[in-house]
Amino acid sequence: MTPTITTLYGLLAAALVGLGLYGLLTQPHPLRKILAFNVLGGGLFLVFGVVLRQGATAGFPADPVAQAFVIIAIVVALAGTALAVAIMLRLFAETGRVTLRPEPPAPGDGKDADS
Amino acid sequence: MSPATAAPEGFLLVLAIFGPVLGIPLLLILGGRHAGRIGLVLLALELGIVVAIAATVIRRGDALEYVLGGWAPPLGVLLRADGLSIVMLATTAVVIGAAGLYARSDFGMPRGIPETRAPQVFWTLLLTIWAALNAVFLASDLFTLFVALELLTLGAVPLVGLSGRPEALTAALRYLLFSLLGSALFLLGVALLYGSYGTLDIALLAERVRVEPTTQLAAALMTVGLLTKTALFPLHIWLPAAHAAAPAAASALISGLVVKGSFVLIIRVWVDALPGVATPMAAQLLGALGAAAILVGSVLALRQARLKMLIAYSTVAQIGYLFLAFPLASATQLGTAAWTGGILQAVSHALAKASMCLAAGLIAKSIGHDRILDMEGIGRVLPVPLFAFGLAGLSLMGLPPSGGFMAKWLLLRAAIEGAQWWWILIIVSGGLLTGGYLFRVLSRALARSDRALPLRSTVDRRGELLVLGLALLSIGVGLVPLASLYIVHIGRAL
Repeated sequence: MTPTITTLYGLLAAALVGLGLYGLLTQPHPLRKILAFNVLGGGLFLVFGVVLRQGATAGFPADPVAQAFVIIAIVVALAGTALAVAIMLRLFAETGRVTLRPEPPAPGDGKDADS
Repeated sequence: MSPATAAPEGFLLVLAIFGPVLGIPLLLILGGRHAGRIGLVLLALELGIVVAIAATVIRRGDALEYVLGGWAPPLGVLLRADGLSIVMLATTAVVIGAAGLYARSDFGMPRGIPETRAPQVFWTLLLTIWAALNAVFLASDLFTLFVALELLTLGAVPLVGLSGRPEALTAALRYLLFSLLGSALFLLGVALLYGSYGTLDIALLAERVRVEPTTQLAAALMTVGLLTKTALFPLHIWLPAAHAAAPAAASALISGLVVKGSFVLIIRVWVDALPGVATPMAAQLLGALGAAAILVGSVLALRQARLKMLIAYSTVAQIGYLFLAFPLASATQLGTAAWTGGILQAVSHALAKASMCLAAGLIAKSIGHDRILDMEGIGRVLPVPLFAFGLAGLSLMGLPPSGGFMAKWLLLRAAIEGAQWWWILIIVSGGLLTGGYLFRVLSRALARSDRALPLRSTVDRRGELLVLGLALLSIGVGLVPLASLYIVHIGRAL
């Protein structure tokens, strides 16, 4: 383990987090936002990767606790992404378009508010 | 292993989290027709477990702990119930119980009608949210808290989109994207903390923590992430649409409970895990955001045409009060009054807002719409939901005797003791504005009207009892003797 490689990974992680954050905030289309979230997630997991290389002690090549964290975090991110894509597909099936802009209020707005 | 972990009652903490989870496969196997019945049995069981946990913690006067699988931290997971946990567990049990009972009429399936998916989905999500909230209140390491928080989001988002209408799906998607952003920021903070200290256990972190730039960055990232999920101004923009799109029982859960889960986590991070890391300036900033939430939320609530949106913006405003506790606590020596006030505000708001949401649901179901202007004279035909709405409103305004009054009075006292007069102005004017938007609804509903009011359906008697019970509870919290409110500090460093 050389410090330069860890530093390089750290910088890469920072770049990915920055890119993902920028995309999540500026891209209007939901699919692009979901992809940006996954870029951000990739950066996050890389941060954990740097941390687990630094925590390599006691004969382990890498910190096993941090590895467990990363695996669980990936599962959680996968679940979130899957739910987002599912809602997006349902929205497309209902309206034929996918946008986060609220629809203009239809006449009779407020009807069936509880149905 | 400390002697506390050996307590046999500790297993109750496991049951509190896994009870609802065990119900989910039962729902799948037995099908939606039995969903309501399974749900009710679990509600009763869980309520018993929560009462047992609360009684044990109060009797011992110390936190109750359980080490999962005998693996002690930092490797294993420790469940820990302190005063804050038991207060929030009890509030959650009451509000979820009420939402579940209320939903029996909305998502019930009488015999002879073909089975639909909605009841099964609703109850599955309700149980998911419950398990997740209990995990948020009982977990004692930041990573488990992250997973619990994600589970909470994954339960709450589909509940918003349950109706499947386009605006509901859009609101659910917006809510999910905001939440994912929040959890990414939180996780980044967690990673930085783990990199610095090699542990995520709250008690161990509190011993090891040093004030340095990395820790402060981590704290800031985690706080912003959690604020997104708590919907504090200006990160509240997902909440009104999500609230309005959700069915009444679901909006009671989201406004009353789900946003409180991440609020409790902010307290855990600031007070329990990273004591002394937040500067007084950061606390003042959080308080200023809270103040802005109170003013902006209340003014926007005044301008809403629909009852559900009014309640949603009222939630935005009431969340602001929660964050006044941070600057107030940092100014006084122990901050006990401010923290008690903040936590009491979380409890009384959960009860009052759940009552309001369900009452609004009853009104909308009976008259077929929720436009405030067209509610002239509904007090004549729907007296009980309206009375409950008014009672809950008293608690939100902070009029005595009510839970909201006690909460705001404790915050006011902390403001006077800490010589921070500017928060007094905010608390008082927030109460006035709250009175204003409630008056808009009540004056319209109680106006004399000769128009005949055709009701779409008869008023649900059980629903009426529920909203009235919740409203009375939110008032009743204010009648609890002040000394016993300090149970929220059992087993905590405060």
